[in-house]
Formats: sequence, C-alpha cells, structure tokens
Amino acid sequence: MSATHPGYYIPHDTRWPIMGSIGLFALLGGFAMLLNGSSSAPVVMIIGTLILVVMIIGWFGTVIKESESGFYNDQVDISFRHGMIWFIFSEVLFFAAFFGALFYARIYSVPWLGGEGSVGATTGPLLWPGFEGIWPTNGPAEIGGAFGTIPAVGIPLLNTIILITSGATVTLAHWALKKNQRKPLCWWLLATVLLGLVFLYFQGVEFAHAYNDLNLTLESGIYGSTFFMLTGFHGLHVTIGAIMLLVMLLRAMRGHFTPERHFAFEAAAWYWHFVDVVWIGLFIFVYWF
Amino acid sequence: MSANQAHAHAADSIAEHDHHGPPPGLLRWVFTTNHKDIGTLYLWFALIMFFVGGALALGIRAELFKPGLQLLDPHLFNQFTTMHALIMIFGAVMPAFVGFANWLVPMMIGAPDMALPRMNNWSFWILPFAFTLLLATFFMPGGAPAGGWTMYPPLVLQGGSNVAFLIFAVHMMGISSIMGAINVIVTILNMRAPGMTLLRMPLFVWSWLITAFLLIAAMPVLAGAVTMLLTDKFFGTSFFNAAGGGDPVMFQHIFWFFGHPEVYIMILPAFGIISQIIPTFSRKPLFGYESMVYATASIAFISFIVWAHHMFTVGMPLTGELFFMYTTMLIAVPTGVKVFNWMATMWRGSMTFETPMLWAIAFVVLFTIGGFSGLMLAITPVDFQYHDTYFVVAHFHYVLVTGAVFAIIAGAYYWLPKWTGHNYDETLGKWHFWLSTISVNVLFFPQHFLGLAGMPRRIPDYALQFADWNMVSSVGAFVFGFSQLLFVYIVVQTIRGGKKATDQVWEGAEGLEWTLASPAPYHTFEQPPSIKEDSAHPGTPLPAH
Ligand SMILES: [Cu+2]
Repeated sequence: MSATHPGYYIPHDTRWPIMGSIGLFALLGGFAMLLNGSSSAPVVMIIGTLILVVMIIGWFGTVIKESESGFYNDQVDISFRHGMIWFIFSEVLFFAAFFGALFYARIYSVPWLGGEGSVGATTGPLLWPGFEGIWPTNGPAEIGGAFGTIPAVGIPLLNTIILITSGATVTLAHWALKKNQRKPLCWWLLATVLLGLVFLYFQGVEFAHAYNDLNLTLESGIYGSTFFMLTGFHGLHVTIGAIMLLVMLLRAMRGHFTPERHFAFEAAAWYWHFVDVVWIGLFIFVYWF
Repeated sequence: MSANQAHAHAADSIAEHDHHGPPPGLLRWVFTTNHKDIGTLYLWFALIMFFVGGALALGIRAELFKPGLQLLDPHLFNQFTTMHALIMIFGAVMPAFVGFANWLVPMMIGAPDMALPRMNNWSFWILPFAFTLLLATFFMPGGAPAGGWTMYPPLVLQGGSNVAFLIFAVHMMGISSIMGAINVIVTILNMRAPGMTLLRMPLFVWSWLITAFLLIAAMPVLAGAVTMLLTDKFFGTSFFNAAGGGDPVMFQHIFWFFGHPEVYIMILPAFGIISQIIPTFSRKPLFGYESMVYATASIAFISFIVWAHHMFTVGMPLTGELFFMYTTMLIAVPTGVKVFNWMATMWRGSMTFETPMLWAIAFVVLFTIGGFSGLMLAITPVDFQYHDTYFVVAHFHYVLVTGAVFAIIAGAYYWLPKWTGHNYDETLGKWHFWLSTISVNVLFFPQHFLGLAGMPRRIPDYALQFADWNMVSSVGAFVFGFSQLLFVYIVVQTIRGGKKATDQVWEGAEGLEWTLASPAPYHTFEQPPSIKEDSAHPGTPLPAH
C-alpha cells in the first residue's frame, strides 16, 4: 500500500490505552502489596507485567502497521518528533532530581553535618561531634559500614568509551540509512546494540564487585544511595534504549524505513544519545570528582 | 482482535464515521480517541473528585466548628487534610483544566483533534486507576496518608501500609500529566490551521502552551522525589536521613522545585479562561494581548527560582532567604500586568453581567486578594510569624478556590452552551454565583484573622480564643459546599434540554470555536480553516472567507 492518507490521520477507537492502565495498575498495585508483605503480590505483578508487555507490543505494532501502510503524512511525522523530544526532556528532568540530590548532599548537607558554615556551626557539632563532612561518606552513623569506591579509571572509563563509540555507530547507521545502504545500516545498528549489551555486562560486573568486594551497596549511606540510584536508573535506560534499537534493527532487516521517512529510527537514536549524555554526567560527577 | 483487524477497523472508521456522531454504547467512552469525548471524561472526573475532596473538607470544617474533639480522632483528621489536598490538586483542579484544554484547544486553533489521540485516551484513563490506589488507602491498616500532601520525610514514611500506595499513585498521576502535557504542547505547536500564527492564538491556548511546558519540567522532578521516599522507606537508602549523610530538608528542596511551578500549573490555565471571558462581556478586545503572553512566560520562568519561599523557617543560609524573598516578590510584577490588563479591558467596555462574567470579575478581585497575601508571605522576616498558620491556609485557598476553581466554573458556564447546544438557566446560574461568592468569603476570609492571631494549620483542636472565627468559617464552608449541588443541577439540566443556543452564543464572543455549530459537531475542522486576523482585535482570529 502506498497511498498516503489525505489529511491528518486520527485513529477512531483504541483498546491499547485501557489495557495499559489495567497493566500499570496491577504492576504498581502489586508492587505496593509486595512491599507490604502480601504473599499474592508476585502473581499480581506478573499479570500486570504481561498485560503491559502485550499492550506495548500491540500498540507499537498497530502504529508500525499504520506507518508502513502510508497512513501518516508529514504532519503526523512532526507530531511524533515533537512528542519524542518532549518525552526525552521529561526524562532529563527525572535524572535532574537525582543529580540535584547528589549536588545538594555534596555541596550543602554533608559539609553542614561536618560543622561547616553558619548552618553547620550550630547543628553539626551539637548533633554529630567529631564527624568530618568529607565525600565520599555514608554519614555520621556510618550506615552500611565501611566501604570502598570505584575508581573512575577502570570499568567506568572503559564504559565511557564504549557508550561514546556506540553513539558514533548509531550515527553511522543513520548515515547509511539516509544513503539507502541497507547492509551497513543493519551492521552498524547491530554493533550499537552489542556495544549497549557490553556496557550493561560491565555495569553488572562493577555492581557485583561493589557488593561483594567493596561493601559498597545501596545502603551505604548517601554515597551508596546516590551512586546506585543514578547508575541504576541509567542502566535501566540503557536497557530500554537497547531494546528500542534492537526493534529498529529487526524492522530494518524486514525492509522498513526509507531514506526520507524513518522517524522511529531517529527517535531511538535520539534516546540513545540522551542516555549517552547522562552517562557523561555520571562519569564526571559520580565517578571522577 | 488481531492487530490486523484492529487496523482494518481503524481504516473503516475513517471512511464511515467521519461525518457521523460517536459510536453507540458505553464502551465508546473507554475506547474513544475523540478530544471532545476525552475532554468530557476529564471534566466529569474532576467534578466527582471535587465532591470527594469537598466532603473531606466539610469533615474538617465540622470538626473545627468548635474547640475540643468532636467527630474525628486526630489521626483521621490528619488523613482528611492530607487526602483533601491530594484529591483537590491532582484529581480535581488539574484534570478540570486538562478537560478544558481537550475540548477547546483543537477548536480554538482549527485542528481536527489532539495531535496524539491514542495517548490522549491513555492520559485520562490512568487517572481513575491512580485514584483507586490512592483512595483504597482509607481502608488499609493505618489508614490513608496523614503526613500532609507535601509528603515530608520522616513523617510521611511512618504512614503504615499507605506509603507505597501513595507513592505509586503519585507516579501514575505524573505519567498521566506528562502525557497530557506532551499532547497539548504538540497539538499547539504542530496542529494550528494555516495562518494561525503563534501571536494570533487565543490567550487560553497560550496559557496552556506554557502550562504544558511547566508540567513536563516539574512532574518528573516530583517522580524523582517520591522515588527517593520509596527507596528510603523500603530499600535502605539515606537520601533524607541525616545519620547516613542525607538531609530531610533536601526532600523539601526537591519537592518545592516541583511544588511551586505546580502552583502555576493550577493558575495559568485559569488566567487563560479569564482572558477569554472578560473581553467577550466587555465587548472589547483584550487589552495588551502581547504583554499578557510575555507576562505568562515570565511567571513561568520565575516560578522555577522561587521554591524555597515555602521553607523560610526550616534553616537556610541568609543569602538563600534573601534570594528567594526577592525572586518571589518579583512575580508580583507580571501578575500585576495581567490584573491591570483585565481591568483595562473592562474600562469603558459596554459590559453585561451574565453568569460567566460574574465569576470572572469575582476571580479578578478575589484572586488578587490571594496574590497580596502571597506577597505578605514572601517577606521572610514576617513569614516566620505566618508560617504554618491559618494565614497560609487562607492565602492558598483564595488563590486556588476563588482563583482556579472560580475560573473553572466561569469557563464551564461560558462554554456549556457550545458543548451542550443549550443555554443554561441564567437565574439559577446567578443564584449559584452569589451563594458561592458570599459563602466562600465567609469561609476563608476569617482564616486570615485566625492565622495572624497564631492558630496553626493541620490541627483538629484549638485554643478557645479562636472559637468564634472558626465557627463562622465552618458555616461558610457548609453553605459553599452545598451551593455546589446547585451547579450540578444546572449542568445536568442544561445537558438534558433548555433553550437552543446560537452558534455564537454570546454577542461579544470572538474566536474559532464560536463559528462552529452549538453543540459542536463530533468532528470539527477536518479541513483546516485558513485564518486571517481582524487587525483591530489581536488574539481573536477569524476564519478567512
Ligand atoms: Cu511557592
């Protein structure tokens, strides 16, 4: 089918969103039940997850079919682009909350606990005499016990190189797509996905090393909290980005996308660059300084 | 149904339903992608939540009718104050404005629908599930959240079973808001009819464009904050635990970085509605259209650098106290521009006082009172006296009830004939207005006195010297609450029948939505109109003929 739908395509009824709501409700409600010690919670969570997976596949499947059938004119394409950009913007602000927590702890609360400045002078020595507010720290009560940190030169530097390289390979894939060179497109995409997986593997090795050898855990005070929440959420986003790129690879192998129209590919690439930039922030502020 | 059939069905729909009404049956509301259907769903949801939250408020005011403990034990009282706020903010005011955006933005800019119709459906349908999670906490061991809607740790983390449910409910509301905001922003930026330049858009559209930006920037920060609460409670992190090097005050900073823009999320669309109504009934174009746009944008920008005015008493370096005091006072400038422009629009207009206009004028007067008490609170040294007193309660209820809610009601009366095709009963509308406006002042104005005299907020009992004004306030609360039943009656009556509304409805109304039939057809502007501007009426685009 090549006929482009005249005008702006508006679907007329949809079952996916209500499915998504039910799935989300079961997943999060189940999680809350689990945290309150309910024994039936895992079942509820699994059902919710399955519903969500079916919804995501079904919803995106419908959109891909419509796209391949030429339902979407240029204006719809622009809507998708704007939508993706604002979605990424919202993700940036989600990370900003955790970076904000990191900066606040390092610049204000930890030095104050150590007695620095006008705020600290009155509270630090009274509450925690003897505590020196020096980063990294797990606080005056040394929550989680003594721990070691991961040096920036080592796995983090290696992972930085891997992610930056993957940013380059996804760009090479994009150039190939724009020149309609299908084979290089697929190979560069495959390389990107594999680099993402290698990154995740190393991240897993690093986490295991932290837990097993360094006694650095999520419970290691403010250092462990910011370290694992930032790197953990980043790893989750790498996983999502890698799945997105994998779907793009499968679609490219099936002959989807044209040199002119390939919004989905670009959206996945933008997302990948976003994940990349967040990592650079992590490398500098979590590992390096 | 396989994806293939769904696809074929969607394709059929284009051919068959384009010029017809909605499909029959109740499931229409579940599966719909139509912006008018979804707008209606949002508005009904908001109305129901107004009554749920309102019932809690009446519980609070009943308890506070006289000193001593009468009806609610203190823990239940705290649950009521917490849930009243959460429901009114996330369940009533915000969804009501999204409902207006859904109904009006496409009609005002000449678009066939919202830009992302399936996601539009999801934005709405997450909400009933989120509020099921939240309201279910009332029936759990330990009851509903009782630590205040601001969820400050460590208090909120001591909440029993409700903590995880509260946090996930907030997450779901956030997902809904962000998707809704993305849809609004994309619709406005990408779906305008040819010739509808940005500076020809009605001010309601402008205010929602900026609100959507605030939502996308603020809600993820709230999501981050409550995620840290979750891990602090259940996974051993120390974000807000000083023993581990964290800081409970850090939560307040992150929360209010969301929380202050949230205030403008709830008032900018109200400014938009009022800026539509006042010109219509003054029979004059809006005074200072462009300055309104710039004022709205300035308010949005400044709203991100004032957050710690909620925290003057928690402990901050002096430079912080001063910085946040001055930035907060700065907001009075663009807000003053707006109030001035509304007054100047009315100046020498041939004004009439139909119900929407009455609500709009009351908005201008009463919202300004709330703005002034906000200025008083912004002054750091005196805030040490006002903080956490009923003065704060009076302030934000003037802003949110006589501000946001009055604008919602004004907008409902203003567009009800366009939505339903019938004129509402003007006499009953005026009764509703006068009952509400008098009682709401009886309800909230004495709370200024109580606060200045030192009565703390969020307590079920109080010293005897506060008794008289509390009794007055409670009487006002019950009159105001029950007056809103009249509103439901009027709305239902208008939907079911009444005098046929004309297309323009109001003699002075301008803008694309008034060129459509009343009620607006199920599908509008499938072919985009081309727009010219009446040069004498900036901000009131006309279709070019
Ligand atoms: Cu504020």
